[in-house]
Amino acid sequence: MTDRTPIENRYDFTILFDVEDGNPNGDPDSGNMPRVDIETGNGLTTDVCIKRKIRDYVQTAMDEQAPWRIYIQNRRTLNRLDSEALEAEHIDARPESKDFAKEIKTLKKSDPTLDLRLRDYMCSQFFDIRTFGAVMTTFVKGSLSCGQVRGPVQLGFARSIDPVNVQEISITRIAVTTEADAADKNNTMGNKFIIPYGLYRMNGYISAKLAQNVTGFCNEDLDMLWRAILNMFEFDRSAARGNMAVRKLYVFKHSSALGDAPSWKLFDSIDVHKRDGVDVARSFGDYEVHVNRETIPDSVNVSEMVDHTL
Amino acid sequence: MRQRIRGASLRRRVERPHHDTSLGSVFIGVFLFVSILMMWYVGVVNDEDTSMKGGKMSIRLEVWGENALFSRSEFKTERVTYDVMTPSAARGILEAIFWHPGMRWRIDRIHVLNPIRFDSIRRNEVDSVINIGKIRTMAEGRGDGGAIYTAESIQQRSSTILRDVRYVIDAHFELNRAKMSSTDSAEKFQSMFMRRAAKGQCFHHPYFGTREFPVEFQLWQESGDPVGFEQGHRNLGYMLYDFDYRNPAHPTPLFFRAELDDGVLDVESVEVRS
Repeated sequence: MTDRTPIENRYDFTILFDVEDGNPNGDPDSGNMPRVDIETGNGLTTDVCIKRKIRDYVQTAMDEQAPWRIYIQNRRTLNRLDSEALEAEHIDARPESKDFAKEIKTLKKSDPTLDLRLRDYMCSQFFDIRTFGAVMTTFVKGSLSCGQVRGPVQLGFARSIDPVNVQEISITRIAVTTEADAADKNNTMGNKFIIPYGLYRMNGYISAKLAQNVTGFCNEDLDMLWRAILNMFEFDRSAARGNMAVRKLYVFKHSSALGDAPSWKLFDSIDVHKRDGVDVARSFGDYEVHVNRETIPDSVNVSEMVDHTL
Repeated sequence: MRQRIRGASLRRRVERPHHDTSLGSVFIGVFLFVSILMMWYVGVVNDEDTSMKGGKMSIRLEVWGENALFSRSEFKTERVTYDVMTPSAARGILEAIFWHPGMRWRIDRIHVLNPIRFDSIRRNEVDSVINIGKIRTMAEGRGDGGAIYTAESIQQRSSTILRDVRYVIDAHFELNRAKMSSTDSAEKFQSMFMRRAAKGQCFHHPYFGTREFPVEFQLWQESGDPVGFEQGHRNLGYMLYDFDYRNPAHPTPLFFRAELDDGVLDVESVEVRS
C-alpha cells in the first residue's frame, strides 16, 4: 500500500524553467503580449498559470481516478444552479422562499459536522483541493458552508533572471474566414508574440502543518507534485508556447514541520546568472546555476530533482 | 457600534476634565457615564486578561516581498490594494508564524520602509465556487461532483498591487486565560514566537494579503528604530482595521482613519468603527 500519511516536513522549492521562441504567459491587458514587469523588463509568469499546468498534468496522467481527480478542470461545460444543488441535497426550500435561510440553519443544526465531513471528502478525492485548497461556500446565505480550504502548497510569481526581449511576429494565412473576405483578398494577417529566450525562476512553499491539520496532503501527493512540476510543459505544447521546459527543480527539505531556516536564506543560496562572456542568452547553456551549500543549515536537505519520469 | 481598542486611552478621557461650569459638569457627568459604559462594554466584550499592560511584551518583525495586495473592501471584483499593509494582514502574518487560542495579536505600529509603488496585473480567474450539494451526491455514490470547467467559468480580473514592499511590524499580544492551560504563560508564548521568528519557522508560509505574494521575515536586526520611507504627514483615509469575529457566522469589518507620520502607521490607540 502506498504512503497516504500527511507529510511531516516543511519544504521550500525553486523551479527554473525556460522558454524558447514562445510566450509563456500572455497578458490580457496588453493584447496577449508576454507579461513583463515594465519597470525592470523582466518577464513574469503568474502562480495560477503554473498551477493550471500542474492540474492538467495530473489530470492527463492519472485519468481522473480518485484520489487524483482534479476539481478545477479545463475545457468542459459548467452550468450549476443553486436550486439543482438543493435538489441534490434533498432540500425542499428554495432561495426565493422567505424561510430559506431558516431552513438551511435548521438542517445545519441537525447535522453540525456536515461541513467538515464534506470538506474531508473533497480533500480525499481531489488532488488539486488537497494541494492548493479551494473555496466552497455555495450556501453562504444560509450559513451552510464547508468553507475555505487552505492548501499546503503556495506558489509565488515566476520572474525571469534577466530582462526579456518581446518580439511581435506577423504571420499570414492562406485561408480566409468569410466569403466577403475571400472576394476582397486571398489571405489575412495575424500576429503573435514571442520571447526568443527567457529563463524563469519561481519559488514555492509547502506547509506540513496545513497538510496535517487540514487537507491530508501526503508523501505520495508530494511525489506526484514533483512529477507534475518536472513534466508540466511536456503535455502543454501549443503554437503559442514555443519550447518550454523545466530545467531544474531544487527542493529544500526541512528536518521538521516548522522548518529549520527562513526560506529566503535557502532561496538566496541558489545563484543563477549568465555565464561570463555571454551578452545575449539564447539557451539554458548560457546560464550558470550555483548552489552555495555553505549557507544552507545541515539539517536542511537540498536535492536537485532531474528525474523526468513521465 | 464604536469602541476604543485599548483601555488606556479611555481612562485618559475619564480623568481629563476637572475644572468647569455647572453646565459643563452636566456634560461631564454624561461624558463620564458614557465613558464608563464604554469601558464596561469593552471589558465585557474583551474577556482577556489585560494584566500584561505596563510590562507589555512586544515584538518587532521585519517583513518584505516583491509584491503585495491588501484588497480594499470597496474594490473587490477588480481588486485594488491599500497603500500600506492593514493591521489585519499584519496579524495574519504573525499568526502564520505563531498563534495559540489563548492569545490575541494586537498590532501597535506598522513602519513603511519602502516607497509606495503600484503595479497592475490581469489574470484569468474562475467565477464559481464549489457546489456542496453536488459533492454530497457524489459522496453518496451518484453524480460527478460538478467539477468547475475553467473555459466556461472564466473571468478576467485585474488587480492593482504594491511592488517591492518592506515593513516593520510592532505588535504585542493579549491573553485569554480561559483558553490557556496551566503551563501556558505570556513568557512562553513570547519565547515561542521569538524562537520561531529567529529560525525562520512558521506554521504556514505568511503572505501579503493573498497567497501568491509570499512574505519573507526576520526579527528586526538593527539596534535603532526603523526609519520610514518619508518624513511628513500623509492621510490614507479610511482603512480596514480588522474583522470582529465575535459572531463567527457574521464577521463585521472594523475601520479606522489611517495616517502615516514619517512613514509610520500608528494603530496603537486609534478609534475603530464598524
